[in-house]
Amino acid sequence: MKLAYWMYAGPAHIGTLRVASSFKNVHAIMHAPLGDDYFNVMRSMLERERDFTAATASIVDRHVLARGSQERVVDNILRKDQEERPDLIILTPTCTSSILQEDLQNFVDRASIISDSNVIFADVDHYQVNEIQAADRTLEQVVRYYLDRSRRQETLDRFVTDVPSVNLIGIFTLGFHNQHDCRELRRLLRDLDIEINQLIPEGGSVEDLKNLPKAWFNFIPYREVGLMTAMYLNKEYGMPYISTTPMGAVDIAECIRQIHKNMDTLGSSLSNKRADYEPYIDAQTRFVSQAAWFSRSIDCQNLTGKETVVFGDATHAASITKILSREMGIRVSCAGTFCKHDAEWFKEQIQGFCDEILITDNHAEVGDMIARVEPSAIFGTQMERHIGKRLDIPCGVISAPVHIQNFPLGYRPFLGYEGTNQIADLVYNSFALGMEEHLLDIFGGHDTKEIMTKFLSTNIGLIWNPESRLELGKIPRFVREKVEKNTEKFARQKGIQTITVEVMYAAKEVFGT
Amino acid sequence: MSVKFDETLTVECETGNYHTFCPISCVSWLYQKIEDSFFLVVGTKTCGYFLQNALGVMIFAEPRYAMAELEEGDISAQLNDYEGLKRLCIRIRKDRDPSVIIWIGTCTTEIIKMDLEGMAPKLEWEIGIPILVARANGLDYAFTQGEDTVLAAMAHRCPETELPLRERKETIQNVFSFPSREKDGLDEYANHPSLVLFGSLPSNVASQLNLELRHQSIKVSGWLPTQRYTDLPSLGDGVYVCGVNPFLSRTATTLIRREKCELIGAPFPIGPDGTRAWIEKICSVFGVETQGLEEREQQIWESLKDYLDLVRGKSVFFMGDNLLEVSLARFLIKCGMIVHEIGIPYMDKRYQAAELALLRDTCIRMCVPIPRIVEKPDNSNQIRRLRELQPDLAITGMAHANPLEARGISTKWSVEFTFAQIHGFANARDVLELVTRPLRRQRNLEDLGRTTLVRKNTQV
Repeated sequence: MKLAYWMYAGPAHIGTLRVASSFKNVHAIMHAPLGDDYFNVMRSMLERERDFTAATASIVDRHVLARGSQERVVDNILRKDQEERPDLIILTPTCTSSILQEDLQNFVDRASIISDSNVIFADVDHYQVNEIQAADRTLEQVVRYYLDRSRRQETLDRFVTDVPSVNLIGIFTLGFHNQHDCRELRRLLRDLDIEINQLIPEGGSVEDLKNLPKAWFNFIPYREVGLMTAMYLNKEYGMPYISTTPMGAVDIAECIRQIHKNMDTLGSSLSNKRADYEPYIDAQTRFVSQAAWFSRSIDCQNLTGKETVVFGDATHAASITKILSREMGIRVSCAGTFCKHDAEWFKEQIQGFCDEILITDNHAEVGDMIARVEPSAIFGTQMERHIGKRLDIPCGVISAPVHIQNFPLGYRPFLGYEGTNQIADLVYNSFALGMEEHLLDIFGGHDTKEIMTKFLSTNIGLIWNPESRLELGKIPRFVREKVEKNTEKFARQKGIQTITVEVMYAAKEVFGT
Repeated sequence: MSVKFDETLTVECETGNYHTFCPISCVSWLYQKIEDSFFLVVGTKTCGYFLQNALGVMIFAEPRYAMAELEEGDISAQLNDYEGLKRLCIRIRKDRDPSVIIWIGTCTTEIIKMDLEGMAPKLEWEIGIPILVARANGLDYAFTQGEDTVLAAMAHRCPETELPLRERKETIQNVFSFPSREKDGLDEYANHPSLVLFGSLPSNVASQLNLELRHQSIKVSGWLPTQRYTDLPSLGDGVYVCGVNPFLSRTATTLIRREKCELIGAPFPIGPDGTRAWIEKICSVFGVETQGLEEREQQIWESLKDYLDLVRGKSVFFMGDNLLEVSLARFLIKCGMIVHEIGIPYMDKRYQAAELALLRDTCIRMCVPIPRIVEKPDNSNQIRRLRELQPDLAITGMAHANPLEARGISTKWSVEFTFAQIHGFANARDVLELVTRPLRRQRNLEDLGRTTLVRKNTQV
């Protein structure tokens, strides 16, 4: 038992539902008590979905507790089958109903005999895996189910496409900026003359999954979801996969080069037509993306050595850490992730790009770390944004868990070359705001009149002669008060009554301002 | 209680496959209402994630609630529940020093049969802070009924009246047998037994209702709950109690059976008609004649004229998720709206008897048929009915609101009625503000001609 009121990753069934409701014409049924279907609310509100979320609950109430679900689950499955005619129905328990240990697999088996839809049971342990891991597993399970079925039915087409093609795996509902990233990746792949064979799960059809092996390779933009599917396809169908996240100019280049390498191996028969991506990478990095130029500009120079803290899921936290440190010259004092299950990979990725690594899913620990480091800016989740608010430190949100604000209508990818621009803006704006705040603080707000009159009535016994007063006026506002104080302190120590320009400079020599 | 509306007013029952909030959501408003409390929800990640998402920004404001998150060891009884809860409660005492800790039992604690009621008194004695147990779980209850379970548990902790009030009442009457209303009315209360109101309302709404009753010389001796746990009102034999919300049937039962209170069964003070009927009922029980109540109601209706013009003749469909539906429907019918269906999670015909009677009377007076009341509704059936009826407004949960809007049906999120101030004369306008908002927005965007925003094949 532990005390908690915030979690970075949700319970397992949320992951399953996210995958299920991303596919076209797939219906999810939760074996759950009343009120556990708030996934529909999240999807409808955060994604502003126009369609009814294809997820319903088969309600567990007192009667079920006493007698078991009996026909109820099967009836609910068959009813959805009749009403919505989905291709696939996925049954999942929630944390609560999984304790009942009803034989849901049995219900699924019974229902699948009668129903026209395929029915599967989402095989996730609610006490072992979280939302992210469950999504990864469920996606793999669905893909495996359909490929195995096609193999049995011998409808599997294993010939790869003539032109280079790719499966884009892991874009799905309620993902952080996934829709925008998807558009940006389409553009990137089009630029590279690579066709998208299939995009799953978002908008994909389960009936088409049998064509997955037709692609030349698989592309997993986010580490959290899709990797299991890619590994399965690699093992069973020998498909290579790329899991380098194309976030930040350096990693995009790396990702494109890996794509190149994969295509070389597979497309050796077409070797004379082999594309050379280097000029593309060069042109995009130097001129299309503004990020490389931005890091050289004097704006970014001012950010040199500023301290930051990064926290988020493994993909985003690692990528942002690398961008800040490698591409912008900003110091990352601590980088961390709540993906405890992927800690080794995370540590390996950011080795050398930050001073300290924090692996935790306890927000209080993250809060303590931020309070200790006192960075100039935070890049984290909505939780870190609120920690920042409390500590008066600006925060850029770079990872789920998210808020409705993180589902912008405008085009805001994090991946690809446009993504580098968006990230540069995000980083710069976080710092610029911090600087502004800082200056306002020094001047005591926007109305600085008071400061102007303050030194006309200076301390008793100390007189600023006209020249020195004039000189003081020339000093930039944000250090003026400090200079004034130090000079007076110096004068008092030395027993000087009238402050002259000379005294001012003598004070500066002593105090350094 | 003789209930005679059966021929005209029927309650259907569907499958219960509907969307609503989990009753543990009551911690969100109760921890704010009871300032010195701490709510500990004993449940799983599913519960925690729900609270985190449903409560949105509140979660960042260091709320006085937390999850006691059960891990695998707790579920399989490898760990000692008592020791676990003791450890957490001691930490809460150290960090927050509350006057009361309220354990919210969830579905999980029900299923694993964790004996919260048995452990609470032991732990209470050991750590010296009162511990209440409320089983606000989704196996038994819906949304607002969570508050009901908490208040029912709290009713047991109200101090007892010093001497049975029935006796005291007689003594008082013997000593001061002057007519009830003297002087200028406001400072003087009628001579009536102690009255305690139950239901959690924002303190300013509670004072508004206190004031309305004071105008009728009725003194409210206390509220359940109070702003502070340490100020709970005295209850006991001869104390009269009256509910302000339709979802408090369990609390009402507890007050009658365990605390020996007298329940005043009245319609609920929602809308000017409801408020008047509520006050009238209380006054009639105490034998007090109401003063200027009709004029007061009339005034309120006149002040609502602009909104009434907007809603008159419009139709509305309640999908049902918070148990306020009957009272709201009754008020809206009085406003001239046509109600197609009143979906409701649970219908306590005894506790809501007066409200149902008022609904029937209102329908007769307004010459509209009595709407069908659907208990434990089925959302997919309801969506089919919505498609046929095409109402001007659907009052529904957030899961359906956006999809319905995209199909050209205006919606109002039902949850807002739970959090808005809707009680008493003064807040009638707020109810209509909520109800008319989608209608006004629609009017503003009317000329754009883009009411359905889904592709043809997916339309309702």
